[in-house]
Amino acid sequence: MSAIGGVGPDLVGGGSLLQEIEEAGTPGPPVTRRRRRPRAWRLVILVIAGLFYAIPFLAAVKYSLIQNDGSFGFANYSAIISNGDVRNALYTSLEISAISAFVVIALMLPTVVLVRLRLPKLTLMLEGVTILPLVVPPIVIAAGLAHLQGSAPEWLVKLWFNHPLTGLTPTYVVLAMPFTYRAIDTGVRAIDLRTLVDASRSLGASWAATLVRVILPNVETAVLGAVFLTIAICMGEVVLSSIMLYNGVLPVEMIQIGAQSPGISVAISILGLVFVFLLLFSLSFIAGRRRGSNSVRVI
Amino acid sequence: MIRFEGIQRQYGSVRALAGLDLEIAEGELVALLGPSGCGKTTALRILGGFDHPTAGRVTVDGKDMTGVPANKRDMGMVFQAYSLFPNMDVRNNVAFGLRIRHEDKAKRLARADQLLELVGLTEHADRYPHQLSGGQQQRVAIARALAIEPKVLLLDEPLSALDARVRAQLRVEIRNLQQRLGITTLFVTHDQSEALSMADRVGVMNSGRLEQLDTPEQVYRHPATAFAAEFVGAMNRLPGRIGDAGDVQVLGQRLTVLNAEGHQPGSACEALVRPEAITIVRDAAGAGEVTQRTFLGASVRLEVLLDGGQKVLVEASSHDVGVGAGTRVGLRILTESVVVSDPGVAPDPEAVPAVA
Amino acid sequence: MAPFTVYVLIFLGLPLYEVIHGAFTSDADQLTLHNFSTIFSSSEYWIPLKNSLILSAWTAGLGAVLGTWLAAAVVATPPGSMLRRVVSSASGVLAYFGGVALAFMLIAAYGRPPGGVLTTWLKDIGIDLYAQGFNISSLFGVGIAYVFFQVPLMVILITPALEGLRPQWQEAAESLGASKLEYARHVAVPVMTPPFLGAVLVLFGNAFAAYATVLALVGVTVPLIPAAIEAAINGNVLVNQDRIAFALGVEMILVVSIVMVFYWMAQRRARRWLQ
Repeated sequence: MSAIGGVGPDLVGGGSLLQEIEEAGTPGPPVTRRRRRPRAWRLVILVIAGLFYAIPFLAAVKYSLIQNDGSFGFANYSAIISNGDVRNALYTSLEISAISAFVVIALMLPTVVLVRLRLPKLTLMLEGVTILPLVVPPIVIAAGLAHLQGSAPEWLVKLWFNHPLTGLTPTYVVLAMPFTYRAIDTGVRAIDLRTLVDASRSLGASWAATLVRVILPNVETAVLGAVFLTIAICMGEVVLSSIMLYNGVLPVEMIQIGAQSPGISVAISILGLVFVFLLLFSLSFIAGRRRGSNSVRVI
Repeated sequence: MIRFEGIQRQYGSVRALAGLDLEIAEGELVALLGPSGCGKTTALRILGGFDHPTAGRVTVDGKDMTGVPANKRDMGMVFQAYSLFPNMDVRNNVAFGLRIRHEDKAKRLARADQLLELVGLTEHADRYPHQLSGGQQQRVAIARALAIEPKVLLLDEPLSALDARVRAQLRVEIRNLQQRLGITTLFVTHDQSEALSMADRVGVMNSGRLEQLDTPEQVYRHPATAFAAEFVGAMNRLPGRIGDAGDVQVLGQRLTVLNAEGHQPGSACEALVRPEAITIVRDAAGAGEVTQRTFLGASVRLEVLLDGGQKVLVEASSHDVGVGAGTRVGLRILTESVVVSDPGVAPDPEAVPAVA
Repeated sequence: MAPFTVYVLIFLGLPLYEVIHGAFTSDADQLTLHNFSTIFSSSEYWIPLKNSLILSAWTAGLGAVLGTWLAAAVVATPPGSMLRRVVSSASGVLAYFGGVALAFMLIAAYGRPPGGVLTTWLKDIGIDLYAQGFNISSLFGVGIAYVFFQVPLMVILITPALEGLRPQWQEAAESLGASKLEYARHVAVPVMTPPFLGAVLVLFGNAFAAYATVLALVGVTVPLIPAAIEAAINGNVLVNQDRIAFALGVEMILVVSIVMVFYWMAQRRARRWLQ
């Protein structure tokens, strides 16, 4: 996880991924719509803020288009594919993201469902556990892991730490836990879980079938959000990978290349930002359409 | 005295109010009654200063209110829900208006206590809004609005968010309070029993127009338009034919038509008759057969199927009627005059000038 | 339930155990507080702590104020609008993914001329920022970068609270004679204070524990706690500093935990009032 190393925003009531979206479907107490006229100062603030972010972004785009010989072109962007190190790092990171996302869902969804259905008393404990990765900053987790990496027996090192795929993925899942738990929990709360499960089971479905065919489709927005978040976190996570000396993942590679060819790093950054933005942006439409509501809060 | 003069309110292409003329006398409680979107809340908010008309003006005691901001209008407002300030306890909520007017602390808290006693919430004075039930919160809201001794009291569907039992209770309490204090009040609601039981006069509104403004009894017994007739109370639509002399032939009886304009002699129409205005007798050669009998406690509602396929709702005291499903009956309309509307068409809104 | 517990125990519990165990033991594997006395007595470790705390504090404060203004402007726009969607998604990107990408974006824009596009342009028109002492690859530069993602994070955090300010409150206040300022003073500000403080705490914790941006902008040489931990682990200066690193780690956990406790307290108040 890149920027956030400490406490996360989802702890504030209502500020978590998809909570707003899912809750928009539930009928609330009647509130008259007050019609508001847009005021000038709001526009001014939005414009200023927009400029503050847009200007460096555009500057960076321009920077990324300056090739080594000083001319303008897409060399930095094509290098992502042509430069072997970068390309490999990209693939590795994508692989890690994909596997992490899958593991996260496979781990969290059944657990959340189970706790809600059968073990409601464990809810508080579950929430507490999923908050732990926030209280323990990634750098600290990294320190512990690095120590393990150095002191663990040979077979364990070979199994676990040799390749970034096996070394990073499991911990990334843990890092993503607070956010994905909140997302999935919100999604599960919004549906009538008990009734769906009872109906499915009474029609003869097994637990696995119920989970995959009945529950999953009904929380797909939440799950999608969790997946996107996990991908965003994995693609940007640099603390763990750098401490554990894995050079083959994208963010670390970006930093290394940054020394000689910063243009490429900037190009990757631009693409990354745009990509994640599009992910979240599209999510707001999917969510809105499903609920038929106007709510577009994504995070 | 409050006067709405030609008030219009347009939001882009939506016409919320299409020319409202209304007078509210000193000490009177006028209820604006109508479905969602009829403009009743808009009218209230314009009076309170939370919205401004695109045409027309509002005067209070002769003074033009155009341009006067809400916080200078000296009107107490009670909202549908959630209007109590969450960071203050009940007493301070009620005393808020006085605090703004720079009353000293002891005086304003004492006055707040006074009002809380008036609404029966003295022992809750130290509680916070989130600790109160919906009905209690609304009582506090009323006390708070009355604390500043406003000239006018505005109530925006204050009972709509409460459950039935509390609603019935508060209805009576609000009316008693209003009469006791003699405060001019505008009350907005979509619930017709609220309007009928509480108001001195009821204004039936539809699509931004005032259809009828009269005492509750008049509105109920002599609805001026088809909309007013159908919105207030249950209503039958019985097929009939317009006669030559402003009358209509329905169910074999001849009745006077109240809204004869626009209905040609000889044309088909539907007469609007209240279920309790129809009586039935056992009659083996009668016009219809009882298909359903619903026992409502004090009254009985019967559904009668006429031979022509028409369904008629009849309401009678449960002592009078001993007929059950399957009995053949004859019907007789008790009223002498009736409102008609075109067959199969939704009630046609016809604006009625305000009855002053 | 079992797979989940096992998983968490291994992949979170194990590293955590290593850190805590390592912090409290000496090289001879005996229980000791020596590691802690080292980090609290030596300026080598005091300075990063101080820097981290100061950096977190001012970026949290600045981010909170700017973020609240921005959020206030956003809340006024209708929910389904394109503007709202864009702001919401953009906030999410910056707050969660920010880090490295953001760092490079800022290097590209504000780097030392002729590297940085904006700084070069400013230099051409006479304003030489770097000559004045500005440097994006410094502690201050890191702070600037932090503000860039603290603001969106604040927007995400404070928007629900702002939306919880019911319009009825303002209208009721007005009907009772209050001006907009009086409403703000008596109702809006008191109600918004707990969620605001809570959000500031989150921002603080976020900045305190962040490291990705630092790595991308400056590297391990900056005097901040996470960098000190990395230096101790990867033995750049002295070898076998693992235990110091662990002690520093425990120190970090402590700071964040304290922040969390205060945050939880602020949340309770906020939840009651904004329900």
